[in-house]
Amino acid sequence: MPSFVIAEKCDGCKGQDKTACMYICPNDLMVLDKERMKAYNRDPQMCWECACCVKICPQQAMDLRGYADFMPLGASTVPLRGSEDIMWTIKFRNGTIKRFKFPIRTTPEGSIVPDGGFETGTDDLKSPVLFTEPASLGREVATLKK
Amino acid sequence: MPANFETVVVDTDLLIIGGGMSACGAAVEAAYWAKKHGLKVTVVDKAAMDRSGAVAQGLSAINQYLGYAEGENTPEDYVRYVKQDLMGISRDDLVYSIARHVDSTVHLFEKWGLPIWRDENGKVVRSGRWQIMISGESYKIIVAEAAKNALKALADNGEIFERVFIVEPLVKDNRIVGAVGFSVRENKFFVFKAKAVLTCLGGAVHVFRPRSTGEGLGRSWYPPFNTGSSAYFTMKAGAEMTCQEVRFIPVRFKDAYGPVGAWFLLFKSEAKNAFGENYMVTRVDELKKWAPYGLTKPIPANLRNHLGLMDEREGKGPIYMHTEEAIAKLVQEFPDEKVRKKKMKELESEAWEDFLDMTIAQALLWASQNIFPEEKPSEIAACEPYFIGSHSGASGAWVSGPEDLAPAEYFWGYGNMSTVKGLFCAGDASGASAHKFSSGSFTEGRIAAKEAIRFIVENNEEPVVDMAEVEALKAQLLKPLDTFEQYKGMTTDPDVNPNYIRPKQFMFRLQKIMDEYAGGVSKSFTTNKQLLERGLELLAMLKEDADKLAAENLHELMRCWENVHRMWQAEAHVRSVLFREETRWPGYYIRADFPNMDEENWKCFVNCRWDRNTGQWEVFKRPIISIID
Repeated sequence: MPSFVIAEKCDGCKGQDKTACMYICPNDLMVLDKERMKAYNRDPQMCWECACCVKICPQQAMDLRGYADFMPLGASTVPLRGSEDIMWTIKFRNGTIKRFKFPIRTTPEGSIVPDGGFETGTDDLKSPVLFTEPASLGREVATLKK
Repeated sequence: MPANFETVVVDTDLLIIGGGMSACGAAVEAAYWAKKHGLKVTVVDKAAMDRSGAVAQGLSAINQYLGYAEGENTPEDYVRYVKQDLMGISRDDLVYSIARHVDSTVHLFEKWGLPIWRDENGKVVRSGRWQIMISGESYKIIVAEAAKNALKALADNGEIFERVFIVEPLVKDNRIVGAVGFSVRENKFFVFKAKAVLTCLGGAVHVFRPRSTGEGLGRSWYPPFNTGSSAYFTMKAGAEMTCQEVRFIPVRFKDAYGPVGAWFLLFKSEAKNAFGENYMVTRVDELKKWAPYGLTKPIPANLRNHLGLMDEREGKGPIYMHTEEAIAKLVQEFPDEKVRKKKMKELESEAWEDFLDMTIAQALLWASQNIFPEEKPSEIAACEPYFIGSHSGASGAWVSGPEDLAPAEYFWGYGNMSTVKGLFCAGDASGASAHKFSSGSFTEGRIAAKEAIRFIVENNEEPVVDMAEVEALKAQLLKPLDTFEQYKGMTTDPDVNPNYIRPKQFMFRLQKIMDEYAGGVSKSFTTNKQLLERGLELLAMLKEDADKLAAENLHELMRCWENVHRMWQAEAHVRSVLFREETRWPGYYIRADFPNMDEENWKCFVNCRWDRNTGQWEVFKRPIISIID
């Protein structure tokens, strides 16, 4: 299912130097056609269909079409990703619709503190103990040193 | 050389290359120690860190969590499990090192906001002895945020470059001094000078021809943007490599490669052939041939593959995962109809989340084929071979163990340092320490980063970079652009030109060689000495033609070098498979000329090294030293 762009909905992220899909694609596949102000997938054969572009598109202008060489036509999996959960609408080839909602994150975006609130147990650079340990481990770090 | 390419020089102390799980772990840990010692940390990623690496799409489980504080498992238990799965070929010290810290990492993930499934008593929900279930659609985004915030805390001493593709290492007298690459978005050539480099690049996909060769070419189980960069970078630096013969072939739902772990472990589903036979039962005698590993539980992944493949070779396919039977069995426990319906709904949601969190294509495949898992079974099949040191494969660089764990033969000063001074490796870049998965890779990044900072503190010398060498590398890296410009006008179709080869056809040529000579899908994973030697002849000509790769733009320039990376991974693999004169992992490949396992002669590591001075390869044995029985 390579990703595709719905021409009517894509606004090229309003002329910024890069679109959201170009920013996020882990395989560098999305390109903005500056004349039409529409994005496109330049190499669908190399698309992993991770849907990172679909989830991030501010216009919901992207979707996935199942790989033509093994997927029958007519189905879709459409995500709607919020700040705490993701909603999925699955449409089967026979028309059946299923909806699912799953949590994605329990903290507000941007709030992460790297040490997670765990205290540093040692400042010894030579020790195998990592900076949040032993607190983040819940017990002493194991060793085989006699 | 294209005249309009600016050279950007970046000076740093620690350079972390990559943006996946191990790179994020490295950034988080390095930032803490760098701050204490006034050092600079630079991360360079070919994609955007929020969604780069193998966890880009998310995950539905964390496969390495010990429950050590709760007394569930010990690092020793994990070492035994990994060694068993890899048929005895594993570094106890490295596996132990990750296992003793991994829970600490998972606890951080949860604090950061990763939803880990917990039962009514607050206990993590396990799908297996080591696996826990998560709602992990945003797993990578969460982990990347922690890494970015850690770098931010370093102010001017923390920086990240995205969309910069690193190609070559810079080495002076067997000490790493930096790396070079280019931006895939603007005409800039990057030179990073560093006192230590931590390689957190990916494993490799598309070295072997995949099963789907049309539009579904990109639907590999492991992502197509993992192109062997870690192997190339460390090999070209002159580092000793290990387990280059240990490819990985996962069994997954057929074609879309959806995960089977939750079905086998959580839902207790059974896989059976077309005649209703479970190959794990009917072929149990075959396991004796692979004793002691075949007779110890859990049965190694490659042996489970092997039994299924035996069914396929005998024409007993399709192999079906009986999802419908598993669900029926699970709801049977609830006689009350109302409760049963509720349970059914829960199971349905869990089953779909498993795919939607990590392999959306599989959900789409089910929907497109009108497959309702509670009603009918789904086909499973072995994927194509991949190189991934973090899963049930083991290829990577040969690195030092930590001082308090490693025997003398496995220790040279700094944990996770390769045989090149100052070049550290984690995740898919370090070998012989399988089953790290996402949490272990992040953890190994942390371990390696702390040791790399110690290396810098104890060896604080300015990197000596030969700028004439850098200029030569710049010309070499950008050459495919020049080649295209120079010759494109000669023919009416830019794809067909006798002066050059474009990266996609180059990749197909590599895949054909590997598939047909090194035991790919079309050969049912079987090869022999003569096939491998013929493969090497063809690889040598491919290597010559790499000089004629042509790129129309920056994206294609990245594709050119990705394929060169794949080609080097391929060569190391073929040489190592050729060297090991036995069959040890029959579900990964069979040496038809040595179809049996030979514990007496081959219970050892096969290591190899490309010599930077002579350009020659050497392949040799290294002993296995067990520290845990």
